Amino acid sequence: MATFKEFRNSVKPNWCPGCGDFSIQAAIQRAAANVGLEPENLAVVSGIGCSGRISGYINAYGLHGIHGRALPIAQGVKMANRELTVIASGGDGDGFAIGMGHTVHAIRRNINITYIVMDNQIYGLTKGQTSPRSAEGFKTKSTPDGSIESTLSPLEIALSAGATFVAQSFSSDLKQLTTLIEEGMKHEGFSLINVFSPCVTFNKINTYDWFKENIVNLESIPEYDPSNRIQAMTKLMETGGMLTGLIYQDKSRKSYEDMVVGFHQEGISNQDIQISEADFSKLVAEFK
Amino acid sequence: MISQLSWKIGGQQGEGVESTDRIFSTALNRLGYYLYGYRHFSSRIKGGHTNNKIRISTKPIRAISDDLDILVAFDQESIDLNAHELRPGGVVVADAKFNPTLPEGINAKLFPVPITAIADELGTSLMKNMVASGASWALLGLPLEVFNKAVEEEFGRKGAAVVEKNVEAVRRGSEFVLELAGGPLEEFKLQPADGEQKLFMIGNDAMALGALAAGCRFMPAYPITPASEVMEYLIKKLPKFGGTVIQTEDEIAAITMAIGANFAGARSMTASAGPGLSLMMEAIGLAGMTETPVVIIDTQRGGPSTGLPTKQEQSDINAMIYGTHGEIPKIVLAPSSIEECFYDMIEAFNLAEKYQCPVIVITDLQLSLGKQSCDELDYNKIVIDRGNLVRNAPELEPNQLFKRYEFTEDGISPRILPGEKYGIHHVTGVEHDETGRPSESAVNRKKMMDKRLGKMDNIKVTNPIHVDAPHEEPDLLIVSMSSTGGTVDEARVRLEEQGLTTNHITVRLLYPFPTEQFAPYAEKAKKIIVLENNATAQLASQIKLNVGHADKIESVLKYDGNPFLPSIVYNACKELV
Repeated sequence: MATFKEFRNSVKPNWCPGCGDFSIQAAIQRAAANVGLEPENLAVVSGIGCSGRISGYINAYGLHGIHGRALPIAQGVKMANRELTVIASGGDGDGFAIGMGHTVHAIRRNINITYIVMDNQIYGLTKGQTSPRSAEGFKTKSTPDGSIESTLSPLEIALSAGATFVAQSFSSDLKQLTTLIEEGMKHEGFSLINVFSPCVTFNKINTYDWFKENIVNLESIPEYDPSNRIQAMTKLMETGGMLTGLIYQDKSRKSYEDMVVGFHQEGISNQDIQISEADFSKLVAEFK
Repeated sequence: MISQLSWKIGGQQGEGVESTDRIFSTALNRLGYYLYGYRHFSSRIKGGHTNNKIRISTKPIRAISDDLDILVAFDQESIDLNAHELRPGGVVVADAKFNPTLPEGINAKLFPVPITAIADELGTSLMKNMVASGASWALLGLPLEVFNKAVEEEFGRKGAAVVEKNVEAVRRGSEFVLELAGGPLEEFKLQPADGEQKLFMIGNDAMALGALAAGCRFMPAYPITPASEVMEYLIKKLPKFGGTVIQTEDEIAAITMAIGANFAGARSMTASAGPGLSLMMEAIGLAGMTETPVVIIDTQRGGPSTGLPTKQEQSDINAMIYGTHGEIPKIVLAPSSIEECFYDMIEAFNLAEKYQCPVIVITDLQLSLGKQSCDELDYNKIVIDRGNLVRNAPELEPNQLFKRYEFTEDGISPRILPGEKYGIHHVTGVEHDETGRPSESAVNRKKMMDKRLGKMDNIKVTNPIHVDAPHEEPDLLIVSMSSTGGTVDEARVRLEEQGLTTNHITVRLLYPFPTEQFAPYAEKAKKIIVLENNATAQLASQIKLNVGHADKIESVLKYDGNPFLPSIVYNACKELV
């Protein structure tokens, strides 16, 4: 069985020292080992932005696609070979701005992949513009007078869209984050894990200290029941989305792959694609 | 007796025009006639004039006819809009309900048949289609039992009572019209066909079937006219073959999902029309940059923007060739017959995997939606070639990545699929080195660009052009693409009768342009006429750019939403010589 070290490679990330993304990378590597994966059976698909580089920093099959489209690419990978474990990953701009349409529909579709959003509430790679996750009044290069658009609450949207697994964590809490990623990978359906990942260079508001002060860890609420959707929504609203832990999970709904009539357990890419003469003749005859 | 005839049914969208056409042509197909259909319809669900035209022949045909022999009209508008097509002595079968009249100057016979009244008497006006098609059938003097067999097939699953009612509607319609006409019309008596039932399908069916035969098992797609039939066919069939169709949230999701699926080893494609293709361009660039195979169907319709969504055009040529930013390897194939729609999908999937690049299969609305007879499809021609796909690769050194983008002589690198133990590599749309790691090195950049684009130099495509060149030095070389080819061939018969010598090339490989194969024919022609359904002569521009001879190239352009007719081609060629 592979250890977390086998999910490492020799590429040095180009993230700034202190970036929250380092911990997320480590958590993915640990979680992959903890659930018993081999590197060749993991595919990491990422979007564009600082966080998008993550697919190149993990020893697994990696696909670094185009901005905002990590989710449809990842869903395509899973549909082609459901025997693979598929992680999609990207930043808050990737998933909640340009790719928001895909996020909502990936949630609805419930294909068995894990989506990890590295949420730093700013556009880092383009050097400091506002994000849909930026707080109102947040001053950036593109909002010099402060953002006047309301802040997006992705987890409330996820719940509304029919999510079957919603979690949130903080990059400093490696233990919780690793556990949540493991749970997400084990979940039979689409799992969304939003991770607060501070941008030490461009976001001077949502810092490590700021998160530590404002986060409400669900571990501190023993009576919290993650199977209760209404409670999940209420708690998110009460805390302004600053909750961490497993916020909601619906174990009853089957994954998309399990609901497609005739879909095999064997991945499409491992099946024989040559059509038989008998089958072909039957198909052709329907046009007579 | 005649060897071919044209029939048209017109009415309001949603009142049975489609079903009248379907049942009538299904019955004709049972007798072995060759058929070629054309649909004139609007972008709305109900209402608005619509008509379907069928050409019926004892020999293979690939073109709409100039004129019309029989017009069936559900309303006066259908007569007013279409009577001008009737040839002298043609026939109009019209619903007596609206007191039909012929426009002035139209020399045709009018047979008012109480189409709606008969249907209503039998219980539902839905049966108008049976009364109308039964009347048409009777006028042609064709055997009623064959028609009834087709009716039985259409309604059999609804029970014997329904079949009986419909057969009755057919009988009433035919009896009424025969009474008016005094029996079947002698001048429309068709020579008997060969009695062999042909395949009868639209181009989209043929492409969908071709994709399935090619091993495509996953199709993400977003509905659009005139492409949706491809996904609609495959969603019915793919689950039986272990695959599926996903209706995505948009075309960007469709293409990127297909790219992800191909990366993971499934043969996957999507299909759309101009607006969807516009949205896909960035992702097509990703496929080119990452050398990921993917097949995309573009069923051209009237552009730009929403344009004429249900009308004929061939104006995506430039967009398909040049559409993405940056420079990528890419293949653009344009089938020009119903059979080719099928076979080209097999070749498209093979080319995509062989050259590891996007392949766009481009049709036009008429080829995609016109229902027509198709030759038998040959199972033995279904050959799957997955290119340089590595299985069970040898062990790698620790920390060594598989060289997915290894520099090779022909630029084609070994491809390996996720799940392979010794194949781990990274794929990125960022410029990368042989292992797929991002690289900004100027030396690597140039080598990688040369590698990717160099693949285009060696592309081997069977029949990149179709040539019919009976003359060594013809007066005219006529060039066409997609559905226009058959129309050109009809016009050529008339041109040759007038003493003009013509050769004809249908371009099948639009990109990379088959200059070498095309040039000798261009060289020897006195004049080159390029026919295309667009306003800016996009196909002619490709010929001028790649082959030259700008001085002898003339364009005939039609961009009013309707396909070429043989007479238009004939007149244009006569004028230009």
